Amino acid sequence: MTSELISLTAAETASKVASGEVSAVEVANAHLDRIGAVDERVHAFLYVDREGAIAAADAVDKARAAGEQLSPLAGVPLALKDVMTQKGIPTTCGSKILEGWRPPYDATVTARLKAAGVVILGKTNMDEFAMGSSTEHSAYGPTHNPWDLDRIPGGSGGGSAAAVAAFEAPLAIGTDTGGSIRQPAAVTGTVGVKPTYGAVSRYGLVALASSLDQAGPCSRTVLDAALLHSVIAGHDPMDSTSVTDPVPDVVGAALRADVKGLKIGIVRELGGEGYQAGVRQRFDEAVTILEGLGAEIVEVSCPHFPYALAAYYLILPSECSSNLAKFDGVRFGIRVGEGDGDPSIEQVMGRTRAAGFGDETIRRIMLGTYALSAGYYDAYYGQAQKVRTLIQRDFAAAFAQADVLISPTAPTTAFKLGEKLDDPLAMYLNDVATIPANLAGIPGMSLPVGLAPEDGLPVGLQIMAPALADDRLYNVGAALEAALLQTWGHPILQEAPSL
Amino acid sequence: MSTSTADAVVPYDEVVAEFDPVLGLEVHVELGTNTKMFCGCPTEFGAEPNTQVCPVCLGLPGSMPAVNATAVESAIRIGLALNCKIATWCRFARKNYFYPDMPKNFQTSQYDEPICYDGYLDVDVETDEGMKTFRVGIERAHMEEDTGKTSHQGGATGRIHGADYSLVDYNRAGIPLIEIVTKTIEGTGKYAPEVARAYVTALREILRGLGVSDVKMEQGSLRCDANVSLRPSPDAKFGTRTETKNVNSLRSIERAVRYEMTRQAAVLRAGGTIIQETRHWHEDTGITTSGREKSDAEDYRYFPEPDLVPIAPDPAWVEKLRSELPENPAVYQARLQAAWGISDFDMMAVVRSGALDLVAETVALGADQAAARKWWVGELTRIANDRAVELTELPITPADVARVEALVGEGALNDKLARQVIEGVLAGEGSPDEVVAARGLAVVSDDGPLLEAIDAALAESPDVAEKIRSGKVAAAGAIVGAVMKATRGQADAGRVRELLLERLGVSE
Amino acid sequence: MSETPSISREDVAHLAKLARIDLPPESLDHYAEQLAVILGAVAQVSEVAADDVPATSHPLPLVNVFREDVVRGSLTAEEALSGAPSVESDRFRVPRILDEE
Repeated sequence: MTSELISLTAAETASKVASGEVSAVEVANAHLDRIGAVDERVHAFLYVDREGAIAAADAVDKARAAGEQLSPLAGVPLALKDVMTQKGIPTTCGSKILEGWRPPYDATVTARLKAAGVVILGKTNMDEFAMGSSTEHSAYGPTHNPWDLDRIPGGSGGGSAAAVAAFEAPLAIGTDTGGSIRQPAAVTGTVGVKPTYGAVSRYGLVALASSLDQAGPCSRTVLDAALLHSVIAGHDPMDSTSVTDPVPDVVGAALRADVKGLKIGIVRELGGEGYQAGVRQRFDEAVTILEGLGAEIVEVSCPHFPYALAAYYLILPSECSSNLAKFDGVRFGIRVGEGDGDPSIEQVMGRTRAAGFGDETIRRIMLGTYALSAGYYDAYYGQAQKVRTLIQRDFAAAFAQADVLISPTAPTTAFKLGEKLDDPLAMYLNDVATIPANLAGIPGMSLPVGLAPEDGLPVGLQIMAPALADDRLYNVGAALEAALLQTWGHPILQEAPSL
Repeated sequence: MSTSTADAVVPYDEVVAEFDPVLGLEVHVELGTNTKMFCGCPTEFGAEPNTQVCPVCLGLPGSMPAVNATAVESAIRIGLALNCKIATWCRFARKNYFYPDMPKNFQTSQYDEPICYDGYLDVDVETDEGMKTFRVGIERAHMEEDTGKTSHQGGATGRIHGADYSLVDYNRAGIPLIEIVTKTIEGTGKYAPEVARAYVTALREILRGLGVSDVKMEQGSLRCDANVSLRPSPDAKFGTRTETKNVNSLRSIERAVRYEMTRQAAVLRAGGTIIQETRHWHEDTGITTSGREKSDAEDYRYFPEPDLVPIAPDPAWVEKLRSELPENPAVYQARLQAAWGISDFDMMAVVRSGALDLVAETVALGADQAAARKWWVGELTRIANDRAVELTELPITPADVARVEALVGEGALNDKLARQVIEGVLAGEGSPDEVVAARGLAVVSDDGPLLEAIDAALAESPDVAEKIRSGKVAAAGAIVGAVMKATRGQADAGRVRELLLERLGVSE
Repeated sequence: MSETPSISREDVAHLAKLARIDLPPESLDHYAEQLAVILGAVAQVSEVAADDVPATSHPLPLVNVFREDVVRGSLTAEEALSGAPSVESDRFRVPRILDEE
């Protein structure tokens, strides 16, 4: 029974809960048991809220018993990335500096999940403040890829992706600043969506880079991601950058799954040199499948994409250096070095930040401080913002030729833990294909398209659509997913070694 | 660092003979909005510590700002009233620096794109050649947020230096501020201190008239920083300036500018150089002391606030706000002055005491302008000063004053009694009529008791009675005085005199 | 490729001061080296963007997003202070302040 419950999709679980075939408490318990059984090895979770989860599930069961109308994901368990605040529940962002902090408020996403009867199991591991592509920058130790525990699960949202891949939860929330939802999805064989910038409220998402951050769904199927997307998206007056346009019908698009007559553009600049052979092979096969489904494949060029990574690594550190200034040991979090001598607040702030932030975080704060400095602003931050305009223009031109764009999500499959830890630039290259979408604010999805022949590890394909046309991702993604499922005869995660 | 040792100073007339002063004034106004600049917390003054805070104004992780529409409207109205241009597109920016009273360790402010810019304000100053108008250019007026309040514990005086530790209350953090920055003010010569004061006074009247702030300097809702520099002559290049902070009354602005001029002159005369620094004004000792040195290393790393979107005020909205502006205080003053028929000097006295609206209202309720001015500019201003409150904070209204004056007009009160009624109202004893009734202050208008008192007084002083009878009417004063004393001031002195002369069969 | 900017120990120390991070002296060279490498790589942004290209600071062209001036609930003092490392008399307690604002 337990193994059956954990392998259900979110859509199936919701339907069984709604019909009374299983109770939400049974579903929650099955997942809590699974976490108990495997998470010691996977380390997807930083905190498991057993009591809260059971209480939330019980409330759904009671509502059902009282004849109330349940929302589409009521009773479905979810893993929340530890970058989202949840009232009274420890929120660390993978950082030592926030150790022990229990926020006095819910993020808008958290509040919407609760209102929809989604059962929040706990908080997932991540690179500190969402900086990284491997979760190795978590102050609480790395998460392990369920496909191979010696490998990284991607990052920064490796905990969320791993939780979904390891059947610890059918759904998870991720956040994506440069690929932190899509790249972990790619390397764990799961689905991850970064919606249009501003489509999902950032209120309560602890900011890394405000103009790039976007929360979105992680799941094992495209339809599940759509269901979660429609729960969390929509205008929020607490987030001034939140879009007011109605949420596109992403669930309808996932159910439609029809690419006939659609123009799909392959981005010439994403996928050549530096991409693993097996990644390229699975990508090419997927293109053939899409063509077979009736899509028209065109090649597009985005000449400024080679500059995206550089622009990103100026904009992100700049915004992050300012966003992370509030972590000073005054109002929340840890305080370090107060007892050592008779220090001033200035010294205590400095000691707290030196001790509380990890190496990568400090590196990026220093980089951003430099880039925003009076003498360098124009040459670095100012120029990077111009490159951003050029990237947007590239996308505009590309979308004039194609309805959606596709590329491999990440250049390689999951690498070994520790392999790139000492080489920041090599680590940054993992996001080379995902970053342009963040710079332009457009939506992107990663879904699994098979295993690389050389290492047997999952390969992800990225779909990108124009801003506010998130539904196109789901339509194309669901069509490709259905065709692949037919080819494989079973979901790809069934090929992962059992934990 | 901050000692109270007074620096050397040069007598003021020598300063202005040798140097030409240049000013720059920065005024911070706390807006009287219901909520803070970027969140829905209330802004009431004096609430219990950390009870008007939320994740946003505490800078908790994950929180995001949302701009107060009324604050933007107020900023635009202030700009329009100061003859500024209104930006068609502008943004907030982050000013990054660490300080424990600033929850995010950056201030959300405006940098190179202020919402209002390039305006002016004309101010009148009494000079040796009579009233003269100086035009003060306005560089910009921009929106930003206030900081929390820090109180220093331990040490000697509750000051920052020598304190053992500090306590922070973030109730004030995030209250909307408008910072109004003048262009350099040149050509004032020796009137620099007066121009500075006149500017802030006029600005305060405008802000009060707009209803955007309670402009209480003593509560910090209007704060002024004065930049002062000296140069050898008006065609020389600007000297190094200092920025004097903590100047929290109109009188202090004038004093602080004057002091800083005399101090800088002493330094320059001695061949020294002025350090570009922040200085603190000390109300008690009337001097400024050195604060933080402003170095070029100060690097605020401004960049556009990515959590907020640009503001592009609709020109139609701006024009609507312009058309709805209240009458310019200067025009309003000129109109009242003409209606009352009073001198420039008397009008200045009304304006400077902050009593203009109160007097105008009292007159509108039927009181004579001279009587209304007498009360508000004289008696009540003195009492407000004694109590160290604003005139408007006294527990008395223009209606009360108008009623007292009406009673005087009817002959029901005389001057002395009227004063007692005002005292009673201020003491919270009720309305003027209630005070009259409770204290039994009505003028004795029945002739019977007055005649008895007159007869008694005449009997006391037969010699005086004889003098009056013999036509020395001036002697009547002594008898009237005695009657007034006997009736404990409750008689109408004019009526007493009439009755006395009638009694003695004399006419004036 | 743009030339690699040189970042000295002193530069790193200055940045650390601005960023209020009390770095151990022995780490300054390490950060100087890494920052120089990263800056060298990102400096290529200067190669493409011409003067006539406007800067993009917001991905979507939203303007005029305002909140009505209506009071919302605040936290209680207890909630507000709940995460603080040190509290006294319903205020946040901090060690003595050196710098004057």
